[in-house]
Amino acid sequence: MTHYLSSVRAVESAVGVKIPPVARIVRNLLHGAQFQHDHIVHFYHLHALDWVDIVSALSADPKKTAALADSVSNAPWGGAVYFKGVQQRIKTFVDSGQLGPFTNGYWGHSAYKLPPEANLMAASHYIEALRMQAKTRRLHAIFGGKNPHLQSFVVGGITSVKDLTPDRIAEFLYIWKETQDFVKNVYIPDILAVGSFYKDWGAIGGTSNFHAWGELPESENEPESLFMPRGVIMNRDLKGVKMAEESKVTEHVTHSWYKGNGAKHPYEGETNPQHGDYDTNGKYSWVKAPRYEGEPCEVGPLSRVLVAYAKGHKGIQGVVNDTLKKLSIPVTALFSTLGRTAARGLETVAIGDAMEGWIMELVDRLKKGDSKTYQPWEMPKTGMGVGLNDVARGSLAHWIRIEDKKIQNYQYVVPSTWNLGPRCAKGKLGPVEEALIGTPVADPKRPLEILRTVHSFDPCIACGVHVIDPDSNEVYKVKVL
Amino acid sequence: MEEEREFYQRLSEKGVSRRDFMKYCGVLTATMGLSSSFIPKVAEVFAAPKQRPPVIWLQFAECTGCSEATIGTMYPWIDELILEILSMEYHETIMAASGHQAEDTLNAAVKKYNGKFICVVEGAIGTKYDGAYGKIGGRTFLEIGNEVCKKALAVICIGSCSSYGGIQAAAPNPGGYKGVGDALGIKTVNIPGCPPNPINLVGTIVNYLLLGKLPACDKLGRPLFAYGTSIHDQCPRRSHYENDEFVEQFGSEEAAMGYCLYKLGCKGPDTYNNCPIAKFNDGTSWPVEAGHPCIGCSEPGFWDKMTPFFEESK
Repeated sequence: MTHYLSSVRAVESAVGVKIPPVARIVRNLLHGAQFQHDHIVHFYHLHALDWVDIVSALSADPKKTAALADSVSNAPWGGAVYFKGVQQRIKTFVDSGQLGPFTNGYWGHSAYKLPPEANLMAASHYIEALRMQAKTRRLHAIFGGKNPHLQSFVVGGITSVKDLTPDRIAEFLYIWKETQDFVKNVYIPDILAVGSFYKDWGAIGGTSNFHAWGELPESENEPESLFMPRGVIMNRDLKGVKMAEESKVTEHVTHSWYKGNGAKHPYEGETNPQHGDYDTNGKYSWVKAPRYEGEPCEVGPLSRVLVAYAKGHKGIQGVVNDTLKKLSIPVTALFSTLGRTAARGLETVAIGDAMEGWIMELVDRLKKGDSKTYQPWEMPKTGMGVGLNDVARGSLAHWIRIEDKKIQNYQYVVPSTWNLGPRCAKGKLGPVEEALIGTPVADPKRPLEILRTVHSFDPCIACGVHVIDPDSNEVYKVKVL
Repeated sequence: MEEEREFYQRLSEKGVSRRDFMKYCGVLTATMGLSSSFIPKVAEVFAAPKQRPPVIWLQFAECTGCSEATIGTMYPWIDELILEILSMEYHETIMAASGHQAEDTLNAAVKKYNGKFICVVEGAIGTKYDGAYGKIGGRTFLEIGNEVCKKALAVICIGSCSSYGGIQAAAPNPGGYKGVGDALGIKTVNIPGCPPNPINLVGTIVNYLLLGKLPACDKLGRPLFAYGTSIHDQCPRRSHYENDEFVEQFGSEEAAMGYCLYKLGCKGPDTYNNCPIAKFNDGTSWPVEAGHPCIGCSEPGFWDKMTPFFEESK
């Protein structure tokens, strides 16, 4: 959905077409739904087991779990009977001897800090979240035909004109509400409950520079009207937040398996593979190294939240300050693995809340007869354009050059290349490389702590981390999936 | 009977009523093209097997969209599929293990269930540079595929990439990408689509568990229950085609009236799939219902053969 949106925007920018307000709102609603969906799945299904020991849940007391759950959340399910049922379900599963996706996890690791009751609560929410996310996907199907890979964007607007009806909008509103209730009553309380046992992670896994293109335009004026604002923060200097400009992006291939050695702006970018051995002094990655004014930048929820916070975004400042207070941690704790994971949940609240206003604006416009969904356009002989976007994982942009009505060059710089790219021509580390420095690892054979930081970036690639024990010089290889 | 009672009891403990359960068994049975007399038999497949059938899910050159589609299944819910119906031995995205432990899991599962597991493959296999474009734990997709797929009871390719190569096989195909059947020289059941409807994957697996064999397929390896008829022949907008009522521009009055999208490039006539009938995400919609021409995403080589997407087929 997100590359689809970026590519359509890149062509719109190249051909010079402005989409009608109704099309902009529907795109925002679909993108908002993507944030709600992706962040729930990331927290519960791609990240939670780094913090939650699911096996320990078997020794929990269901009554105490119910009391704990009542004290921290307003989840619509609970009570001792419910938690006993979930525990029984896990027990039946474990007793079957077929552990499926839970085989060979780092269960019982000393870095797991939650008591059994908190583990059982989180495990049951893991299961509930599986069902919630399946329902949330229907938001995309309503105005986009299906999920994933919805299909209703075209250059110039949207195609789902027949779905802009009261029953479809009501259906959207209903599922949006159910999802947002889940976010507020389950997801956020779980972040706070789990986070309160892992406050030390507020000082681990941080990076220095933060970049956000910003996203969710609330009018034609960009970047001024972006709900999540555009900006860049260098060296953690929140007071020095600056506007981010597409012209200042380059991609380096010095350490990447591509021909060449220098840095190019995406309009001039080349992608000519030159595969070789894995050589950390030479080339060692298929990922290019994006830089902003020559500097590596973290992208994603933490960057967006920091930029919004620094720019005085009221919704974001409110939820951030509230969370810092509840966890009694300082603002500086945001620059961390814990901060990154919390920021993801907090922006889900802010974006989800904004969606309600967009639904109402859509209804208002349709009521007034403003139902234009598409602006016709002509393909020029030549042109160039950029589609800036900020998606669940972070800053995303597509650059296109058109010659003779055809694509002459097409490059995109995506969140996981910003975050997981290798060193650049100047030897500067990529953000994840930087974030891992200083991570305490209790057992190099079971480096759970490494997974926490890498997963906190929500990487969309598999990557390898090699852990070398400084005492024995033994090398342990960790594949992070 | 005793087992069945236990099963319904367990369902009710999870908050699933017998009625809901029979409803999704009914939807599934219909999608599989079986008569309603099969509904109780489909229900039995889900009724607490002593040993859950092992599944090894490999991910090669892909975007994880097919996994995403599968975790969006509501017939049955994904937690039931993973916890009570199948044993998902290996799946990189959802498994807790990483690194050596992940590789050990795969090796142990292949050894333990040699010749007995269902292998689901998502993503294409690069063949150029000895497969160097894609490696996991130092082994190429080609090596892993050769080792794992050939020991499977059956190989099911989910999505257009593992079925036929998908986007990475689009011209000029720099990595020499191929579908799994082509790259490894084996017979596969193909569930193409970008991504496919998960009900067609579940239907294929249930067909196997129910009847002890894979479903009947066409010459492209696609189950006939899902891919036997063209989109065009099942399209609710078909009468507009017959009446020469076409949309010629997005956002037009004709678009608002739901006319035929053929002149905007709809590839429905050349595409075989059950999208108009099964629809996506709990039957919510499908691309043509959302006003978008079918792009033929479940046909072999669609990135080359079906483009330009928005021009009338010649």
